[in-house]
Amino acid sequence: MKLLYFAWLRTRIGKAEERVELPAGVTTVAALLDWLRSRGPAFAEALKDTRILRVAVNQHYVGWNHPIHPSDEVALFPPVTGG
Amino acid sequence: MIRVQREDFDVGAELAALAHGQPGIGGIASFIGLVRDVARGEPVGAMTLEHYPGMTERQLAAIETEARERWPLDAVLIIHRFGRLEPGERIVLVATASAHREAAFASCQFLMDWLKTQAPFWKLEETPKGARWVDAEASDEAAAARWTQD
Repeated sequence: MKLLYFAWLRTRIGKAEERVELPAGVTTVAALLDWLRSRGPAFAEALKDTRILRVAVNQHYVGWNHPIHPSDEVALFPPVTGG
Repeated sequence: MIRVQREDFDVGAELAALAHGQPGIGGIASFIGLVRDVARGEPVGAMTLEHYPGMTERQLAAIETEARERWPLDAVLIIHRFGRLEPGERIVLVATASAHREAAFASCQFLMDWLKTQAPFWKLEETPKGARWVDAEASDEAAAARWTQD
């Protein structure tokens, strides 16, 4: 799966994108976030507050229960501040 | 029409092009967003706009489609810049053209309100205390929400 991080999520995690092999059982956005948090303190810290976290799967906003697949592009970012 | 670009734009030329060849257009409403030199009481030396290439264009196109479904619009233009911008520089241009002013004014405001909460852009401000990511404003969420209340 391709993961993208933007804004302060990118700087806190320390990379803009990566490719990961999903463990068995990680089939929703919520499960993906739980697994990512277990990968280290930078992930745990950056992803701890879901109120300031937004998720897009294949460039569409989705909720926590949205299904994910190995071929998806999943982006994690803070609430947007353009305009 | 959607454009996401690093370069500046010429407002006069863009508005002239928008109405060109469409004599049924009776009016154009436009909004131009600029970089301010102060935010939350702190001087801002510059800001850098980051975005999500691909999703940005997709979201802006979806917002344009939504506006065209809600109002009788003859033309729509959204230009949003990214990269490092200094105070006074243009960030965004939204322009809507219609036969009558009501649709142009309302849709222009709708597009800005929705863009602010839906388009994947993030601002990093440079201040004397260092760089800081701009937090989303609850007032922007409220401004976008009023379009879904009726």
